[in-house]
Amino acid sequence: MSVRVLVAKVGLDGHDRGIKVVARILRDAGMEVVYTGLFQTPDTVAMAAIQEDVDVVGLSMLSGAHLTLAPLVVEALRQRDSSIPVVVGGIVPNNDVADLKAAGIAAVFGPGATDDEIVGAIMSLVQPIE
Amino acid sequence: MEKERAYDRWSRDYDAAALRRPSFATMSGIEVDPVYGPPDGEFPGVYPYTRGIHASMYRTRLWTMRMFAGFGTAIDTNARFRDIIAAGGTGLSTAFDMPTLLGLDSDDPMSLGEVGRCGVAIDSIDDVRDLFREIDLSKITTSMTINSPAAIMLALFVAQAEETGVPRSRLGGTLQNDILKEYQAQKEFVFPPRQSMRLVRDTIAFTAAEMPKWNSVSVSGYHIREAGSTAAEELAFTLANGFAYLELAREAGLSVDQVAPRLSFFFNAHIDFFEEIAKYRAARRIWATWLRNHYGATDERSWQLRFHTQTAGVSLTAQQPENNLARTAIEALAGVLGGTQSLHTNSMDEALALPSEKAARLALRTQQIIAHETNVANVADPLGGSWYVEALTDEMEQQAESLFAELMDIGGGSMLEGCIGGIEQNWFQSHIAESAYQLERAFNRGDRIIVGVNDFLDGNDEADLELLRITNADERKQVTRLAAVRQRRDDDAVRRARERLANEAADPATNLMPALIDAARAEVTVGEMMTSLAGVFGRYVEVPVL
Repeated sequence: MSVRVLVAKVGLDGHDRGIKVVARILRDAGMEVVYTGLFQTPDTVAMAAIQEDVDVVGLSMLSGAHLTLAPLVVEALRQRDSSIPVVVGGIVPNNDVADLKAAGIAAVFGPGATDDEIVGAIMSLVQPIE
Repeated sequence: MEKERAYDRWSRDYDAAALRRPSFATMSGIEVDPVYGPPDGEFPGVYPYTRGIHASMYRTRLWTMRMFAGFGTAIDTNARFRDIIAAGGTGLSTAFDMPTLLGLDSDDPMSLGEVGRCGVAIDSIDDVRDLFREIDLSKITTSMTINSPAAIMLALFVAQAEETGVPRSRLGGTLQNDILKEYQAQKEFVFPPRQSMRLVRDTIAFTAAEMPKWNSVSVSGYHIREAGSTAAEELAFTLANGFAYLELAREAGLSVDQVAPRLSFFFNAHIDFFEEIAKYRAARRIWATWLRNHYGATDERSWQLRFHTQTAGVSLTAQQPENNLARTAIEALAGVLGGTQSLHTNSMDEALALPSEKAARLALRTQQIIAHETNVANVADPLGGSWYVEALTDEMEQQAESLFAELMDIGGGSMLEGCIGGIEQNWFQSHIAESAYQLERAFNRGDRIIVGVNDFLDGNDEADLELLRITNADERKQVTRLAAVRQRRDDDAVRRARERLANEAADPATNLMPALIDAARAEVTVGEMMTSLAGVFGRYVEVPVL
């Protein structure tokens, strides 16, 4: 069975170039990709992730609100007893990566992350290397 | 007049123009002409304006170095505005925060984390009073970069100015108000396309009748390009949107010559130097030709495409960010050689954060170096006549024309219907997403080198720049300010203003501006006005295509 990924935009950030390109890269790598569109909330993302039974949630964040919103998505999933890993891609300063990881974000992809890095990181979250 | 030779017309206008300096020479003292080319060729300031819209171009006046700013609360931005004016600035350019751009109040749950972050937060006329406190709005032009709630922001601005005794007829400035590109690229939409276009129509008609110094729409390709389009797509989609607004205004009973001179354009300056210059040259030629031949404009000002340029945010890299100074300088130079009327240069740290003060200053210095050290502003259209640039200009025009033909097909002969239909059918969005994907493929294959990202990586592990950090303190301040407004205002007046707004929204023949201005005076918030309108108009939900 192929890996299923929900890619999502949370909050008011309308920049959707990156999420659409990454969605196609993941598809090219054989994954099934669900995109729920713009202006989602942490709750709608968590509900969609559980309903669609995805393996990973990928958030695309370019407005600077990642430290506020990304942890809320993790929290919304955990409140629903889901352990689906959450990754973040977009404009994230290096200084913020540790804070995001501390808040339960499994991986962060900054500007310039390659296709292989993104695909590889998602695969390793789905099939943890012992 | 029709038969006057381009050279004679140019020379008459050039001789009448005031010049910045008595003579123009190279660094080594060689006197240079205002423009070069064969006497029977094209000249700047003469139809079809491929070479520029003014006969003397930058010899009379350099482009406007318009730097976009706004942050935190209205009081913070007001202080910045007053600094700009004290330093001799004559134009203000307002950046709004994302909740304001989407018509949400600062206390809306969706606004969490975004208040005052990317611009100033405006919830009601109370904030507009603080934003322009002690600024004489009859003496300054104000540009407002806002789209979905553009009519509401205009209403707030007019109501506030009139409170301070400045009549609407004396207000000068520009509203971005380009809703079509929101559905196509920037994605800050609220209402469905047709209902949004009704608001654009109302602002165009209102400003044409009552605000003679106001530019009603800044037709923007910048965001289309940032979203991933090619140069030719940026050119074609932007001009098509411009044509659509003309047709919209015509439906409201306005003539092309009443509206066209009040439209301005906003283009991207990306990193492919010559392609960008060709794009600006083609834009002027296409606009002039279509306005004269297709839309029957007879006023020369209608034929002249005026544009603002901003360097490409997407060309900036987080890796070795100082390299972005070089990228921005090259892009800015393309804008200048392409004949832009105004220019914003991005800061080197913008792939990482909002610009620090130092990075923003370096960005402005880049323009000043181009303007005052390089002498490139001495000659109009210096690349005109280059076989390469002329061929690229023709190619840009041809690609744009074939995209126009597709849109005319979609719209059954109407560009207005073509643009709305193209949005509804995801035609624009698919074009842009496909071009973005192809560019990414080329990068991933290594066919496209980006210095510091997929090659020349030495230095990537150096320490980060000093970045601007924004806290959530402004958000709490703004929410408190808004609560005070809700507390003290007259609830009956608010209710009546909102009822009138909803009633008039239900009648498509009514111009909504008077009702919006009344609502602004009654201290109805931006979010409340948007909610009242959404009750009638509905809200747009994009069905995304991957």
